[in-house]
Amino acid sequence: MRILLTYSFSSFATYIHNLLADLITNSLLLQVTEMVILGVSLIAFLVVLCFFLGYMERKVAAFMEIRLGPNRVGPKGSMQIVADTVKLLLKEGLTPDSADKFLFNLAPIIMVIASMMVIAPIAFAKDFQLYDINIGVLYVSAVSSLGVIGILMAGWSSNNKYSLLGAMRSGAQIVSYELSVGLSLISIVVLTGSLSLGDIVRSQENGWWIIKGHIPVIISFVIFIIASTAEINRAPFDMAEAEQELTGGFHTEYAGMKFAMFLLSEYINLFVVSAVAATLFLGGWMPFHIGGLDGFNHIMDFIPSSVWFFSKTFLIIFIIMQFRWTFPRLRVDQLLTLEWKYLLPISMVNVILVTVMAIMGWHL
Amino acid sequence: MRGLIEDDYVTEEGEFVINIGPQHPSTHGVLHLKVWLDGETVKKVQPHLGYIHRSIEKMSESLSYRNFIFATSRMDYLSAHINNEACALTVEKGLQLEVPDRAKYIRTILAELTRLQSHLLWWGCTGLDLGAVTPFFYAFREREFIMEIMEETCGARLTQNFMVPGGVMYDIHPNFQKRTKEVMVQIKSKFQEYDNIMTGNVIFENRTKGVGFLSKENAISYGVTGPTARASGVSCDIRKLYPYSAYDKVQFDEILGTGGDCYARYMIRMHEMRQSVSIIEQLIDNIPEGDFQAKTKNVIKLPKGEFYQRVETARGELGVFIVSDGAASPYRIKYRSPGFSNLSAMPLMAKGGKIGDLVAIMSTIDLVIPDIDR
Repeated sequence: MRILLTYSFSSFATYIHNLLADLITNSLLLQVTEMVILGVSLIAFLVVLCFFLGYMERKVAAFMEIRLGPNRVGPKGSMQIVADTVKLLLKEGLTPDSADKFLFNLAPIIMVIASMMVIAPIAFAKDFQLYDINIGVLYVSAVSSLGVIGILMAGWSSNNKYSLLGAMRSGAQIVSYELSVGLSLISIVVLTGSLSLGDIVRSQENGWWIIKGHIPVIISFVIFIIASTAEINRAPFDMAEAEQELTGGFHTEYAGMKFAMFLLSEYINLFVVSAVAATLFLGGWMPFHIGGLDGFNHIMDFIPSSVWFFSKTFLIIFIIMQFRWTFPRLRVDQLLTLEWKYLLPISMVNVILVTVMAIMGWHL
Repeated sequence: MRGLIEDDYVTEEGEFVINIGPQHPSTHGVLHLKVWLDGETVKKVQPHLGYIHRSIEKMSESLSYRNFIFATSRMDYLSAHINNEACALTVEKGLQLEVPDRAKYIRTILAELTRLQSHLLWWGCTGLDLGAVTPFFYAFREREFIMEIMEETCGARLTQNFMVPGGVMYDIHPNFQKRTKEVMVQIKSKFQEYDNIMTGNVIFENRTKGVGFLSKENAISYGVTGPTARASGVSCDIRKLYPYSAYDKVQFDEILGTGGDCYARYMIRMHEMRQSVSIIEQLIDNIPEGDFQAKTKNVIKLPKGEFYQRVETARGELGVFIVSDGAASPYRIKYRSPGFSNLSAMPLMAKGGKIGDLVAIMSTIDLVIPDIDR
């Protein structure tokens, strides 16, 4: 039991590294091998995660809609999503005649790559971080906005009017909401004084920012959740798909595996924004600590850090899923009104409040 | 005509033409809308019909006066009962047949149940059109109870074919009254839930308030009827103005709105559901004893002449016009369907709005495509 609790992923990584170092003497080759292993395991992890998220979404939807949800394939229907994936894999990957074939096939790949890249600086547990880049927050906000290129590419290359409309909507939407997301991230950066996600988690050792940061941080948390829901194109902000208006939006023409890749990137994005929100506002893998209460803090440490991280992340995912099954969709002009007239001014004022709070040291 | 069609394809600089339908999630059937867009703004809408034309009117000319009624179940399939009732009433008018009171009561109760299930389905679909999926399931939960009553008494769920000239086909099922009362209690308790999830929602209000405005004058001049017209303040409830069946024996309000926008149309239907429940509750305990069907000859022959009867379906005024030459089947039949006239006002309402507004307008007019295209 003791071993399990003090178990750290860094020892495991060191073990693998030493094992490989014995086998491969060439340092460049060693590095490449390690990267390949890391990449493959990351992709495998994300795909399994997306299976789970897909299953979770169906069950949450069923719960909201007084239905049972999938319950035939596998125990409690848990294999349904696997069956669906197999179906999508076996379908013909259609490319329309009039489409720009190169861009059409490239777009889903770009979407998936962009969403997978954001995972890098996120700490899943104590000492378990792929790459603690020193400008982590900047990296996250920069890379996560690359996805819009994939959407625009898909919409343009499909040579379909619905796709084009969906892509243009999405372009306007993501560019706008990026501002609010950035500003709410900045409020935490101001408080922490560091862009590194590792440092941000460590700064929450004596209390999570949402508790330490009082009302301004709560405001930026709420803004972050709203704006990032819009940024990942989920209902009620799913302008780019808007099934009832644009049939399928930017992915109208996609089928089979290419369509599955859009779905994959959607769920990875959902996980990423929730993980970022959990890291910045709810302390990431950091257990629930209250400054000064050492006994209580020690008890909290007994819960493994990965459990803390994933339970926080899934709590936020659950909230975002509930949005989707509760609210009607906004109209495209109302969507932009919400951002430019409400969220952006509020977050600007909020950043000033947070800065004043940080200078005066009220947050401790 | 030729010139008119060619003009359709003229587009100005910067205009963008998309075809919504005939296969599209929000047209609720095979309606084809040609939409001229300037960015997101709708400049012009042109509905194209004919995808589900089955020539019911022509077909009826070779059917007997008993049989042609059942073809109308396939027009507005959500108001199948009321369509059948309209035809039965027209034939009875021609025969100058007095329908037993029991049949009148049963007809009215079934018609109101039909209206209720139609409005419930509309409510769910409006949610779906505006991007909220959950209301659809809530609405279908309650609608299912009504469909079960229908199934028990009529033997069918959607196209009931229960009305015959002279009354109804069979007597009601022994469970009918008990179950109907139970279901009414259940539905009444759910109205608050509907309001909680949709009516008071800020996003929903933003999507519908001030959207798709139809003035009173335009509603009248386009021949718009039903809840769509009443939302613009036009008093046109046939049940109230020209009572038929047992509507003269019940107390109910004609709901009138003033807004003329999507929200007003929404609210009219929400209130109408409550009125329907009230009508059913007034009648269900007072169904008189007696025959459920008047005696008619085996082969019905209408006297030479023209007969017209109108009823209020869930979507508006349905008129049945029969020209008889004295034979066993009608010489000519014409239906005045509510959906067709209501759709004709849609391009006017949608002009200047966004694509999202077009969807909201389509769903609050409550289109049933087989009703538009007979």
